[in-house]
Amino acid sequence: MPTTTHHISDNIIDVAGLEKSFNVTRKAGRLRRRREVVNAVAGIDMQVERGAMVGYIGPNGAGKSTTIKMLTGILVPTAGWVRVDGLEPNRQRTELARRIGVVFGQRSQLWWDLPLRDSFDLLRHVFRVDAARHAANLARYAEGLELGPLLDVPVRQLSLGQRMRGELTAALLHDPSILLLDEPTIGLDVVSKEAVRQFLVDINRELGTTVLLTTHDLSDVERLCQRLLIIDHGRVIEDGMVADITERYGAERTLVVDLVEPGPPLDVAGATVTNVDGPRQWLRFRRHEVTASELLVRVSKLADVRDLTIEEPDIESIVREIYTR
Amino acid sequence: MGDRSPPTSSSAFAVWRRLVGARIRADWQYRMSFFLFLVGQALIASLDIAVIAAIFANVDSLGGWSGYEVALLFGLGGVSFGMADLLISQVETASKHIKAGTFDLFLLRPVPTLLQLSASEFALRRLGRIIQPLIVLAVALFTAPVHWSVETTLLIPTTIVAGTVIFGAIWVITSSIVFWTVDSQEVASAFTYGGNVATEYPLDVLGIWMRRIATFVVPLAFVAYLPAARMLNRHDPLGLPSAAAWAAPVVAVTAWLAAHAVWGFAIRHYRSTGS
Repeated sequence: MPTTTHHISDNIIDVAGLEKSFNVTRKAGRLRRRREVVNAVAGIDMQVERGAMVGYIGPNGAGKSTTIKMLTGILVPTAGWVRVDGLEPNRQRTELARRIGVVFGQRSQLWWDLPLRDSFDLLRHVFRVDAARHAANLARYAEGLELGPLLDVPVRQLSLGQRMRGELTAALLHDPSILLLDEPTIGLDVVSKEAVRQFLVDINRELGTTVLLTTHDLSDVERLCQRLLIIDHGRVIEDGMVADITERYGAERTLVVDLVEPGPPLDVAGATVTNVDGPRQWLRFRRHEVTASELLVRVSKLADVRDLTIEEPDIESIVREIYTR
Repeated sequence: MGDRSPPTSSSAFAVWRRLVGARIRADWQYRMSFFLFLVGQALIASLDIAVIAAIFANVDSLGGWSGYEVALLFGLGGVSFGMADLLISQVETASKHIKAGTFDLFLLRPVPTLLQLSASEFALRRLGRIIQPLIVLAVALFTAPVHWSVETTLLIPTTIVAGTVIFGAIWVITSSIVFWTVDSQEVASAFTYGGNVATEYPLDVLGIWMRRIATFVVPLAFVAYLPAARMLNRHDPLGLPSAAAWAAPVVAVTAWLAAHAVWGFAIRHYRSTGS
């Protein structure tokens, strides 16, 4: 039975103790096979507020895609509680399908041999969107993503960046309340990437669409997300605002010095040399232990410094630090 | 959700028609291969007739059935199989979609997965498999000693529709196995294509256990054999009353409900692949 009750919680995604395990048979010896249980998702809790833009990241095999597939009802969870927009995904999959938009960076939902416009028209019937609203939405997205001249081009002739803009439009035409993006910028050139990002920001601001994205490209997260969830080995290992995480883990900075003469790595108290390239050396230090100027004084005693820069930690190095912790 | 009415079977059919239309338009860009395939299909289907003709060049009857009577079986079974092949055999491609990860996309749309598979893999060229058994059926109806009445006349379209659904159900059930072992399509084909061949011959030629299986387990006897036996006023060697021919629609609906349940169960065991 479809539920019509409005849930009280403002969390559009509500997940508790979510688990997914797979039985895998592996070769053990010439003929024997051993059954193993792999816990792809091993107890995830997450709440996403309506209207938020959240980054969901982790190394390959961490369980990102498996989570997304459980949120959309593609996979049935082994255990745990999942609600997306108040619905239980695997039981109410078709009803949920009308409320979510999904883009898989590596799988097209467009009709390969037909003009882009035909794909959109077919999706209108699949999602039963009325003609007037469809036309209005298409006009809006075609303008926002500069798709106008591409509408009559067969999908197979589109570049990857053009196709991705088509995929985003396809995912949004039925006015989903939440957009789930799995690697939406993978393989895109810089210009297409920026177009996609700007569009997502606009959609989120103007329509209040919640966005959850998995990505390998942490500049997506820096540009788009206020909040970041990091998972590894099927568990959430970090959940917080991007700024807080940067503050907490970004304690390490790097002093880059150009020496007058190339030399061996400098032995300086409070810093470790991470890289040497001719006269240039990279010294990593913790800003709570030593200040940049103190460090520079120590370096100057050992060698003549011609130039220097200080590298602030980017999200990429922070995440690397969290993974390897 | 107040502005959207719940899905109805008529709107589902409308979606199917549109998706099929899209598929045909896409295929039309490769129309040379379309025509070649159509010719190829007709040639392959003719081979089946050649086999039966070769048998009857050497014997007068098969399990007590004359050549024209066997042609009636062949026609009824062949048309049903061709219809199921055109409309439902596309479920076979589930394994391809599972491997490519595109099955996920079907699950993200508010339309039944079977309907989407049927439409997205629709191939008009499969019509080639229906034309030839249709001709055989027409010839058999004129030549075989059919006991014509209103009832036997009605039995023909009823049998074809029921047979289509029965073959379709077998296709769906055997294709469901791929959700557990992706490379099991060969097993499925043994039942579907093998089943087609089984309907082309009188069950009298089979041993008693095979006949029982073909009646009660994989209900192929209802596709052509039992209806043809009634039309020809023959007695079933299993001793079923001749009216069992009219059980075909009931068997078909039951088989389809079972297939639908198995498919639903299989989807809940879908593991998806890759990222």
